[in-house]
Amino acid sequence: MTKGYFGKFGGQFVAELLIPPLKELEHALEHIVPSEAFQTEFSDYLKNYVGRESPLTLCPTISKNLGFNLYLKREDLNHTGSHKINNVLGQALLAKHMGKKALLTETGAGMNGVATATAARALDMDCIVFMGAVDVERQSHNVRRMKLLGATVVPVEAGSKTLKDAINEALRFWIKEQADYHYCFGTAAGPHPFPTLVREFQSVVGREARKQIIERTGALPHSVLACVGGGSNAIGIFSGFVDDCDVNLIGVEAAGTGEEGCTNSAPLCLGTDGILHGQRTMLLQDDDGQILPSHSIAGGLDYPGVGPEHAHLQHCGRASYVKINDCEALNAFKTLTRSEGIIPALESSHAVAYVLENKEKFPKGCNVIVNLSGRGDKDMDIVEQCTELFD
Amino acid sequence: MTSLTERINAANKAGRKAVIPFLTAGFPTKTDFFTHLEELDANGADIIEIGVPFSDPAADGPVVEAASIRALEQGVTLHWIMQELIKRRGQYQAELVLMGYINPFFQYGFAEFAEDAAKAGVSGLIVPDLPFGEDQEFKTILKEQGIALISLIGLNTPKERMQAYAEQAEGYVYVVSYMGTTGAAVAFPPELKKTLSDAREAFDIPLALGFGIKEPQQLEPFGDAIDAVVFGSALIKDIEEKGTAVPFMERWK
Repeated sequence: MTKGYFGKFGGQFVAELLIPPLKELEHALEHIVPSEAFQTEFSDYLKNYVGRESPLTLCPTISKNLGFNLYLKREDLNHTGSHKINNVLGQALLAKHMGKKALLTETGAGMNGVATATAARALDMDCIVFMGAVDVERQSHNVRRMKLLGATVVPVEAGSKTLKDAINEALRFWIKEQADYHYCFGTAAGPHPFPTLVREFQSVVGREARKQIIERTGALPHSVLACVGGGSNAIGIFSGFVDDCDVNLIGVEAAGTGEEGCTNSAPLCLGTDGILHGQRTMLLQDDDGQILPSHSIAGGLDYPGVGPEHAHLQHCGRASYVKINDCEALNAFKTLTRSEGIIPALESSHAVAYVLENKEKFPKGCNVIVNLSGRGDKDMDIVEQCTELFD
Repeated sequence: MTSLTERINAANKAGRKAVIPFLTAGFPTKTDFFTHLEELDANGADIIEIGVPFSDPAADGPVVEAASIRALEQGVTLHWIMQELIKRRGQYQAELVLMGYINPFFQYGFAEFAEDAAKAGVSGLIVPDLPFGEDQEFKTILKEQGIALISLIGLNTPKERMQAYAEQAEGYVYVVSYMGTTGAAVAFPPELKKTLSDAREAFDIPLALGFGIKEPQQLEPFGDAIDAVVFGSALIKDIEEKGTAVPFMERWK
């Protein structure tokens, strides 16, 4: 496989001015990340700062109704409330080792922004976060958290004012400030080496889940599911099972409101092959190659592209990708909250929803793991508008 | 030697820098764009860079981005640009170069695009998000049609990488004058002179300086270190204000 590629997907389609910092990062990934000193420090942060390992929780009520066992990998219990902190701490530590003084990042739902702002405090670095103006509006709770943590939040007014535009602005900023700033890319997408780097730091999720399910059930699971926006929580948990060919890997994309032709965030299910943000991958685009706006009730899934490794896993048939609409995700949000006392992020609710909506696809008595990538506290403003949830 | 190189050499022989304006296709409207293209052509442009609009121009500043969005809102597509240029083939004195992000070319199909570009008389292509290492396939296809893929280099491009570009470089080299996006109002950084002298040693084709250029006085410190000048954002702003490209071109005579 060509370096930086997953099959035909991936690559490094960026301005020449960004090649030197990407090469520098590639070198750090190859030489600093595997070193014992780095790994020891990273493990210590994951254990004593993030609170790993995260539990694998069986959902007794839902499992009884489904006729098979639903386990949740509880990334929602991490410090800052999602899986994002795993990657961010890894990258922030790496940035320190590389001699960078500050972190820059982009955020959709705000979870990556909050995690990066947090890591910046923990490691005494400056932090700037680019966030689409629409996301600033709908995720105001997380904006307040970032500001409280001392980060500068820059609302991006260009384009669709969501994650893709925040990434454009972050890339522009990085061209200028590459000497001092590390771009703490929030998901397993973008130019090489980000997809590999982010998977590396999120692979702890899959390693733990694999060990835990074997300890609990004595066997590998039937299926492993995760929601997919850019795809970092999914690639993290999939990486633990990708070599176990009998385990089904199912990525759940956001179908938006769900009707035919609606604005969605499901490039793997509904998009085509193209090049954006430094990578060749599956994209929502028109015939002219212009990127289409995306939509999902879950800000963290609202992106017209996806990490290139997911495009490859789909292309080679190792993982399958499906979609769930806003309404189904809200139902799953309510079911998990009411049945198990766990309030999930709307992003993760998509993965739970696929299991609830398709129980006939899973054999009786089998074990299924859903990566519960984040908690739903940040989504209160959105769910409060759906009054039927409070009946 | 490609026609682009010849054109810049000819300007230099006449004792001046070659002048390369950039204008986004379909800006400010589909019809007015061609009026401005003619103005550029009749008023001293040696080469004209025609911007192919893209929804996510991550290497551009606000002026080119806004022009790009405006063009897209009017339905400008790469297919439309090619059709219109094919119709007008032979009408322009200046050499034509297209500048745009890779995805629209990728969707068009590299081979189909190269054929149509040759039909339209396009001499070169600049693709800011197709650096050395990713450029081989498209470069080879373009070369078969006699179209140059222009190399872009910046202040942080090491000399060895310039030499790697140089092995296959054609037309001219686009030297980005500062670390940033198009159209920023900054003073040229002191490292630019070193970059230009490294580039002069690495390449045997002309050097064009671009990004942040508004007026000829900015070029004075560089003397013969550059052979051509590219301007875009400042021209677009001037066209917006005055409704014509002529006054801006007068500055360069």
